[in-house]
Formats: sequence, C-alpha cells, structure tokens
Amino acid sequence: MQAEAALGRVALWFVVLVLSVILAGTARDTGFAAHATILGILAFVMIWVTASRFDPLGKAQGFFKMPEGPSRYDDDPVRWGVLATMFWALVGLLAGVFIASQLAFPQLNIEPYFNFGRVRPLHTSAVIFAFGGNILIASSFYVVQRTCRAQLAFPALARFVFWGYQLFIVLAASGYLFGVTQSREYAEPEWYVDLWLTIVWVAYLIVFVGTLARRKEPHIYVANWFYLSFIITIAMLHIVNNLAVPVAWNGSLSFSAFAGVQDALTQWWYGHNAVAFFLTVPFLAMMYYFVPKQAERPVYSYRLSIIHFWSLIFLYIWAGPHHLHYTALPDWAQTLGMVFSVILWMPSWGGMINGLMTLNGAWDKVRTDPIIRMMVMAMAFYGMATFEGPMLSIKAVNSLSHYTDWTVGHVHSGALGWNGLISFAAVYFLVPRLWKRERMYSLRLINWHFWLATLGIVFYAASMWVAGITQGLMWREYGPDGYLVNSFAETVAALHELYIIRALGGVMYLSGAIIMGYNVWMTIGGRLREEKPMGAMPAYDPDKDRPIAGSASPEPAE
Amino acid sequence: MGLATQHKKLEKNINLLAIFSFIAVSIGGIVEIAPLFWIDNTIEEVEGMRPYTPLEQAGRNIYVREGCYACHSQMIRPFRDEVERYGHYSLAAESMYDHPFQWGSKRTGPDLARVGGRYSDEWHVQHLEDPQSVVPESIMPKYSFLGETPLNTDNAFDMLVALRRVGVPYSDRDIGEAMADMILQADPDSGGDVEDFQQRYPKAQVRDFDGDPSKLTEMDALVAYLQMLGTLVDVDSAAAQERLAEEKGR
Repeated sequence: MQAEAALGRVALWFVVLVLSVILAGTARDTGFAAHATILGILAFVMIWVTASRFDPLGKAQGFFKMPEGPSRYDDDPVRWGVLATMFWALVGLLAGVFIASQLAFPQLNIEPYFNFGRVRPLHTSAVIFAFGGNILIASSFYVVQRTCRAQLAFPALARFVFWGYQLFIVLAASGYLFGVTQSREYAEPEWYVDLWLTIVWVAYLIVFVGTLARRKEPHIYVANWFYLSFIITIAMLHIVNNLAVPVAWNGSLSFSAFAGVQDALTQWWYGHNAVAFFLTVPFLAMMYYFVPKQAERPVYSYRLSIIHFWSLIFLYIWAGPHHLHYTALPDWAQTLGMVFSVILWMPSWGGMINGLMTLNGAWDKVRTDPIIRMMVMAMAFYGMATFEGPMLSIKAVNSLSHYTDWTVGHVHSGALGWNGLISFAAVYFLVPRLWKRERMYSLRLINWHFWLATLGIVFYAASMWVAGITQGLMWREYGPDGYLVNSFAETVAALHELYIIRALGGVMYLSGAIIMGYNVWMTIGGRLREEKPMGAMPAYDPDKDRPIAGSASPEPAE
Repeated sequence: MGLATQHKKLEKNINLLAIFSFIAVSIGGIVEIAPLFWIDNTIEEVEGMRPYTPLEQAGRNIYVREGCYACHSQMIRPFRDEVERYGHYSLAAESMYDHPFQWGSKRTGPDLARVGGRYSDEWHVQHLEDPQSVVPESIMPKYSFLGETPLNTDNAFDMLVALRRVGVPYSDRDIGEAMADMILQADPDSGGDVEDFQQRYPKAQVRDFDGDPSKLTEMDALVAYLQMLGTLVDVDSAAAQERLAEEKGR
C-alpha cells in the first residue's frame, strides 16, 4: 500500500472516530450513545489495523487481501461469509432457545435488557438477517462467479458489503437490547441503521450486477434470476416500509411515516415479502445451484423454472394482507390477499418439484450422501410449509389460528426445515471447496446433525400445532350457560408443557448446529476423521474451479 | 416452444431481466396499498378520536421500546368470543394516530386494545412490577425498573414536532406546551391549567399514575397510556354511524 493511501485511510477513520465521540456525547438516549460507541470502537480498530498494515515492502495481507489474480475466483468474501453464517447461526439459535425457555419459565427474564420483548427481535433478526443474510450474500458471490465463469466485480466493494452488513447486524442486534426498535415486525432497526443497510444493499446490487455483466457465458443461469430479483425487491420493500421521521438527528427514536391501517398493510406487505424475497426466492437460488451440483444431475425442467420463477415473484407480493384477516383492514384487501395466497401454493410446489425431480436417477444418494439427504429434507419442508401457509391464509382457518402458536410453528417448519437445512447443506458443500479440502472432516457428524435437526423440528412443529389449536379452541369455548369457559390466564397455563417440549426441540436443533460448527472447524483445520465411509461423494477438482481468464468472451455480454 | 425462445432474450440481458422482475414485484403492492390512501371508507370517521397527549405518547414509546407487540395485540376481531372477552371490535379510526401501528400478531398475553379503565392504576403498577403476584399463571417478564426510571421530558417538544410532520394534527399551542402538558398530566398540582389541557385533549385522565407523586417516572407514562387505550371512541355511536354508512352504500 502507498504511504499516501494509508495515511488517507487513517485520516478517514479518525474523522469517523471523532464523529462517533461527538454523537456519543450528545446522544439523547443510551441506545444511540451505545451505537455511537460501537462505531467509535470500530473506527479505532480500523485506525490500528490500517496503520499496522502499512508495510512499504510487503503487499497487503490478512482480512482484506484482494484476489490473487484473474485466473482465480475471488473467494475471500465467500469464506468470511461462511464463517459469519456459522457464527450467527449459533447466536440466533441460542437466542431462540433462550426465549423459548422464557415462555416456559418466566423467571429467566432479566429486566430490562434480557426481557422477552427485547430478546425476541434479536432472535428473529439474528436468524433471518444475520444467519440467512450471510449465507445468501456468501452463496450469491460464490454462485454468480461460477455460473458466469467470471471473477467478482469490484472486489473492494464486495468486501465493503460483507463488513458493512456485519456492522448492520451488530447495530440492529445490540439496539434491541437497549430498546432501540421501531417495533414493526422484522423491520425493527431504527432509522439510521436502516439508512446504513440501504447503502450496503446498493453496494451489494452493484457487485452482483457488475459480476453478471462480466459473464463469459451468454445465458444468465436460473439461480441468478432468483438472486437478482431478491436484491431488487428487498431494496424496494426496505426503503418504502422504513420511511420514517426521526425525532432528532442525535437520537434513535423515529415515527413511521404511515399510521394505523396504512402502516399495518405497508408493514405486512414488507413482512410477508421478507418471507418471500428473503427466505424463499434466494434460497431457491441456492437450491438451483447446490442441489444439481451435489447430485451431479442437471436441473429437472428448464420450462418449469421459467414458469415458477415469474409466477412466484408476481404472486408473492399480493399475499401480505393475509396477516390482517378480520382486522380493521378493508375486506376487499383481505380477500385479495387470501386468494393470491392460495394460488401461490402452485408456483411454490413448482419450485419444490423442480428441485426434488433433479434427483431423478440419483435417488440412491439419499442413502449414501448425508448432504443430499439434508437437501431433500429441506425441499420436503419447503413443500410442507408452502402448503400449510395457503391453508392458514384461508379466512375460516385463520380465525382459529391467528394470534396463536400455530403461526409460530408454521414459521419454524419453514425456517428450521427449509432455510436452515438448505443453508447447512450449502455450507457443507462450500467449506471443503473454499478451504481446498478433500471433503468435510466427518460425514457421520453431518448425519448426526441431520437427525438432530429433523427431530428437533418435529418436536417444535408438533408441540406448536397442539399449542396453537388448544389456545384457539380454549379462547372461543362456550359453556352450556352461554358464557366463555376459560379466563385468559387459564389458556396460558394450559400451554406450559408444550412450551417445554418446544424448547427441547430448539435445544436439539441447536445441538445439531454445534456439531456442525465443530465439523466445520476441524475441516478448516485440515483434519480428516477416520471413519467408515457412507458412500461416494463428488470429488473436488481445483483445476476446474476457476474462471475463464484473459481472452474476450465468446459473445458480447449485454 | 415459443415461451422458452422468448425467455432467452431475458436470460441474455441483465437490464431486461431486472426491469421485468421489478415490474412483476411492483404490481401487487401498488394495487393493494395505494387505494388505502385515497378510498375514503378505509377509515370511517368516528367521534372522539384525538392525538395522544404528550404523556400518553411517551408511554406508547415505552410500549414500543419494550417490544410489547411481541405478545400483546391491539386489534379485536369481530367474533362473539373476542367481543365478549375484550370489548367492541376495533375500528380503523382508533389507530389513525398510531405511528407505528401496534396491532400485533400474537397473543401470548391478552389483547390490550380496550384495556383502559378495566383495572386500577394500583393493579397496573403491581402487575408491571411483578406480574405473577397478581396473575399466578402469567409468564410476563417483570418491568419494575420502569418505576425507578425518571421519564425523559426533554424530548416532548421534538416528539410532537416529528409527529406533526407525519400527519398528526397537533396545534402550535399543543407543541409549545408539550413538556408542561407532560408534567401536568401526571401531577395536577404542578400549577398548570388542567381545564385548558383537557379542552385540548378531551377525556385525558389527569392524576398521578404510579402511586408516587414525588417523581415523574416511565411507569407514570406507561400506565397513563394503558389506561386510555380504547377509551376515546364511544363505540355505540360509532356503530350507529356505521349503519348509516351502510345505508348510504359507502
């Protein structure tokens, strides 16, 4: 690095440090002050890192090293993303087990910072945006390079995306514990955190589209359609839904631009499409790359992928109002939401069928390859959750299920079953390739992870079905005298054992993830466990895993 | 097949693919959300709705800060059991000044849309300090720190200014008096003009809420907010208005 550049960067971080000290000193609330402090610490570390990296003789090393040359894929952001995925998965799942236990044993609430209301958004954000977001960014950077046979565009910006996204997560998560929240589900971060995410997200779009533009293949592979529409739509949803007016420039509090009914529908338009465009569309992209790769079979149907892609993204947007059945939202909007949710069943299953049928001729691998087994289970849970969803969106069903734990169970069979398992499978696929290892440290441990996770989900979903239906029926139970039978407190007491079973399911799922963490750790450390083989696995060939460098592309890329 | 060949154009052009995706995902939102801002029967006007007093709004901010929506809804659905358990079903107008809305999506605890006036202030304070001491089956966390945390009144003016920017009709006088109003509502002996305050905020309850008149705490604000929830609108007259609206075919 040049001396001027190093000096310039130190100066830039110094400005950030001074700004954050000013912000911390003048902040109106402790949450905002804490966030300014986090930013200040980061700036201090960056000054130190930049200064110590200044080495006029050697080239830049360490965290921020740039790709080695045009003949290699740029995988450092992917490697960091996989590690971050692993880390946030453990944090998010641990937070989930903690709040599940709080519902069974309220003594576990530690006021004010660790009360249920503050930790719950930490759990949801940690699993959705931290765990999910990191595997999406990492896998998209991996997949887009391979399917375009091109190196990642704007390597510095890609590194900014990774680190900027981690800062977003730290600010959001710590904010909830300090009470910095908009209390709009899945859009809890306050205005300045939202602004920061917007900047990071635009950078992400630029890197992704830039890489697509450099592609050496004439066609854009199907996985990239899904990633692209995910990035575009999340930007739209995030910006519109988070329009707000802050009370002061140096305080965290803000007020949503919308009120009441309009705020409710905007929020659930966002909220449901966080499920659609964060937890479905890009995960299907992962399915379209990793399932054919691991199974060594082509995607089942090209035409089906076209039809289900366009119908899925078009229909999903309409489904938001099913979160507001029988509320003060106008009836026509509720009905519209219900109808589109039911129609949505078809493109959802189109995706599942396309994924599962890709295994045609390779079904024996379910027996021998635990990663394939995990992928198949993920797609099965995707199918189940996308059947249950349309069913719950029918108004008559919803009148019973809404406000109960049935919804919580539904979300978790999708999140733990579909998002969790397909992400774990992708990590198991990626780790040996990214760290140039022959295979994972242990396939048998993957198998353990698979069964612990699957059993955990069964415990979770089954207990929440029973809890939800119990709750719904007890609320509306009338005696022969024409009076309500149960007080609300009695309906709470009835769920105690089910909440314990749910927490146990969570513990099993978390244990599976801990085993995975160990497995990944040992693999990166270069260890191979001596064990009885479970079957043949596709071998990794580092010579094939590289972009086409140098020469011009066969067809001009638009 | 025609579809597949046509689609190949999109597959080879990033801009086309991005534009078509964006169009596909825009339509649903535009059709469903935009009309809510101009169809006039989205929010039937009802008598009695007014913006929150500064103290109530401060209490609401605490409700938002603590994430109460994770377990409590504020939206009663029009079913017999809900109406008998919680009161008249919620009207759209009742949340017209809610930035953000707090309808919630889960009832680990009961609905709070009409909790105002159902329990005494003392009950609320004891319940928030130690929920299990009044409801043994409860799994709610303790919020005893609220009674020890002084309420931040410095924000009152800026808070109302920001709310006016997003459309809440506070008058210049409301905004000018914001901090004084906040203190007055929890301490009628502070020397302010209670009558004038209640004229600007009809049905506002003026008293010490947390049982300790010597200091203004977050407990005062939260209890003041809980005690006004659902008390503003005379639902019977609202029902009559609704019938009238149906007859007019609105």
